[in-house]
Amino acid sequence: MQKTVSLTVNGKPVSATVEGRTLLVQLLRETLGLTGTHVGCDTSQCGACVVHVDGEAVKSCTLLAVQAEGRSVKTIEDVADGDTLHPMQEAFRDNHALQCGFCTPGMIMSALDLVKNNPDPTDREIREYLEGNLCRCTGYHNIVLAIKAGAAAMRGAKVAAE
Amino acid sequence: MTEIGNPVRRREDYRFITGQGTYTDDINRPHQLYAYILRSPHASARIDGIDTAAATKAAGVVAVYTDKDMAADGIGGLPCGWLIHSKDGSPMLEPPHPVLASGRVRHVGDPVAVVIAETLGQARDAAELVALNYAVEPAVAGVAEAVKPGAPLVHAEVPGNICYDWHLGDPGAIAAALGTAARVVRLDLTNNRLVPNAMEPRAAIGDFDRATGEHTLYTTSQNPHVIRLLMGAFVLHIPEAKLRVVAPDVGGGFGSKIYHYAEEAIVTWAAGKLKRPVKWTAERVESFMSDAHGRDHVTHVELGLDRDNKFVALKVSTLANMGGYLSTFATCIPTYLYATLLAGTYTTPVIYAEVKAVFTHTVPVDAYRGAGRPEATFLLERIVDLAADELGVDPAELRRKNFIPTDAFPYQTPVALQYDSGDYFSTLDLATKAADYAAFEARRTEAAGRGKLRGIGIATYIEACGIAPSAVVGSLGARAGLFEAAQVRVHPTGSVTVLTGSHSHGQGHETTFAQLVADGLGIPIEQVEIVHGDSAKIPYGMGTYGSRSLAVGGTAIIKAMDKIVAKGKKIAAHLLEAAEADIEFKDGQFTVAGTDRAKSIGEIALTAYVPHNFPHEELEPGLDETAFYDPKNFTFPSGAYVAEVEIDPDTGRLEIVNFTASDDFGRIVNPMIVAGQVHGGLAQGIGQALLEGCVYDKSTGQLLTASYNDYAMPRADDLPSFALSTHATLCTHNPLGVKGCGEAGAIGAPAAISNAIVDALKGHGVRHVEMPATPEKIWRAIHQQQLAAE
Repeated sequence: MQKTVSLTVNGKPVSATVEGRTLLVQLLRETLGLTGTHVGCDTSQCGACVVHVDGEAVKSCTLLAVQAEGRSVKTIEDVADGDTLHPMQEAFRDNHALQCGFCTPGMIMSALDLVKNNPDPTDREIREYLEGNLCRCTGYHNIVLAIKAGAAAMRGAKVAAE
Repeated sequence: MTEIGNPVRRREDYRFITGQGTYTDDINRPHQLYAYILRSPHASARIDGIDTAAATKAAGVVAVYTDKDMAADGIGGLPCGWLIHSKDGSPMLEPPHPVLASGRVRHVGDPVAVVIAETLGQARDAAELVALNYAVEPAVAGVAEAVKPGAPLVHAEVPGNICYDWHLGDPGAIAAALGTAARVVRLDLTNNRLVPNAMEPRAAIGDFDRATGEHTLYTTSQNPHVIRLLMGAFVLHIPEAKLRVVAPDVGGGFGSKIYHYAEEAIVTWAAGKLKRPVKWTAERVESFMSDAHGRDHVTHVELGLDRDNKFVALKVSTLANMGGYLSTFATCIPTYLYATLLAGTYTTPVIYAEVKAVFTHTVPVDAYRGAGRPEATFLLERIVDLAADELGVDPAELRRKNFIPTDAFPYQTPVALQYDSGDYFSTLDLATKAADYAAFEARRTEAAGRGKLRGIGIATYIEACGIAPSAVVGSLGARAGLFEAAQVRVHPTGSVTVLTGSHSHGQGHETTFAQLVADGLGIPIEQVEIVHGDSAKIPYGMGTYGSRSLAVGGTAIIKAMDKIVAKGKKIAAHLLEAAEADIEFKDGQFTVAGTDRAKSIGEIALTAYVPHNFPHEELEPGLDETAFYDPKNFTFPSGAYVAEVEIDPDTGRLEIVNFTASDDFGRIVNPMIVAGQVHGGLAQGIGQALLEGCVYDKSTGQLLTASYNDYAMPRADDLPSFALSTHATLCTHNPLGVKGCGEAGAIGAPAAISNAIVDALKGHGVRHVEMPATPEKIWRAIHQQQLAAE
């Protein structure tokens, strides 16, 4: 059964006709060509598909596209400000927090969600928060460092802005 | 200024942190079709019929193919790349490995049919309409069961399920050496079966150009040229010139993306037949039941020691699981990448290993990060710790007593390899000092006061990397060369493109190789581009595995740069009106020795492409050189790891409270990237030790761990942070002195963790805890005497 879904993706209104069973991640990747959001499993465990829906981190493989009707979705492609990387992206690069890069978009989207709610997380809090994001390359060591550094940079930027 | 040794930030990261990477599944070809592969739900069954009529008529379906369609087109089977001979000199038994199952299925996940449709949803829906008539037969999943008399046969033509019964060493000598040893320590152990689980599931897109007759395969491979060779020559019979294989950004491999898989052949063949692109992407459950698994050994080991606690003999008997078919390099892993490493870091003079490779009704097993070397290290470092425990001596001291002396290199082991360099004392000292090993007993006592069992474990390791000298591996049965190729193309205005046959799927070659070139040619790193992963661009390549990229691929780049410099000297001599012998090259400048007369490499490049004033009688224009490099020996990274754990005896729950690693990787080009490689390897090694285990139901051969709900992948809160150090002895036979770092962590970590667990359980009569050492296994080990009494 085909349905039309209208939502906002990365600040732009989009409308698409999808099957009822189409997942949000399929809409993003296949219909909208936003291939930065990845699919690494089929049981909502790996977190490679994390996006923000109305500001909350969501595994886009757990949501039907039609459930995103009227909602605002942000993907990794909209995290940088033009050519200026987000401090969290910079922190991932500076701390070598990625190797193959496949889990990275989901990691960064999760990290942003963590820091939004906990601006100064401890190592333990970061590790516990990342339970829903699998990485096979880094052993998480540098991801933890990056999220700490990214959080610090975001706090600094906030202070500077105030 | 040299770039070697600098922690240069990775040049590939921008695209990955902004979502601009291009993985295979991100690629879509115009008018593309989608393939869904129907897989066996049974471990062992005869296929009595496949009725595809209803599926063929379903909405959107373009074709449904079975092995009969492939046979009609003369499609060959998937080849095995390494021939092993048994003890008696007979060649291994090598049953056919059809692309689609032919008459019989041999593991859960064995591909049976492919449905190709306009959309993936249509292909999946139609697959449910394929009527398969299976006659289910008894299955055998474990090696110990598979070699028992009367066990179900995986292949009718393979008696006893034994692919080969191989050995290395002298059985008479080992019997004598063990017979005269003052003490023999014995242990039975299992090296648990693992699923590699690169985060990017495998994917493949076949494409066919009707105008040129060229086939293109986009695939998640660590070695696109190897896939082109194997698929072109053995399976689809397409000449290399008409077959392009592209491995774009690849999301991790760890060995599992070395092999030529059925799906690659299916989409390439189907695209040619249908004259439309055909795309297939694995679901994670398909990864679990079709990616080659790793490890899965059952081993008995005996270590003989003399009265002075020197190792005098090591005997190893192993059953190694091959799965239902022979994967591309399956046969060399438990032989030449395993038994040849059994000297480890020690002077043991007599070593004998015998290995039976066994077919079972399971997914094929092949190289996974470390590949044979983790299995060798695990048994060796466990038996050494057990010996120390039986002797009542410090395990670090027992190791030092038996280490190969630092002045003994090159050192010929009794198991074929010659180590070129190493210093096992220094890495052990670094790791034990960083771990404050000397003060451990105070921490054990302190933990005991809190009701916790604290233990410390050491493991040293050696690995053979930089794979491999072609003549040597050829003499041992390899059906391929293992050189590497590189092309260094200096452009007219001085920027440089390097085309490398190595393949990066997370290793950061675009950065490390650029550092080599910036250093070698004396140009800014920004002027260097590294290209990999496309058989249409790269001259040739054997790809990335066995920690070979820098040692072999990097050396090929160095050799190509040497040719660039040699030609540049001739051009400079001409321009500077000097003798070629007087031209020196340094920091990007060709200088007449002892003068300030110089030409930059940029000027030389421009002259090479605008050759108005050029030695035409002696040289061709252009500055573009290709080199193939075949290594002279393996490289031998080594190191020492120390794990400290704390166990709650009431629950068996374990926490890693400290993990220190000290590695000798030879010269290090980018320490940031090297540390990242060690972190990742350690995580996989700790995963093997504590969490990961692929489980088959023994009676049915059903795969019980086929998703992330069932297979325990290491998560961030399962792992500690790591304390790393390095101590370099240079490789003596490659120009960089590099050894390779990709597999070390996965090789050394399992034994370090296991030794720490057994140490923590001292006083509970525990000799060994099988991996993965889950809380349940640890709890049972603590309470075994009590449980036995009940």
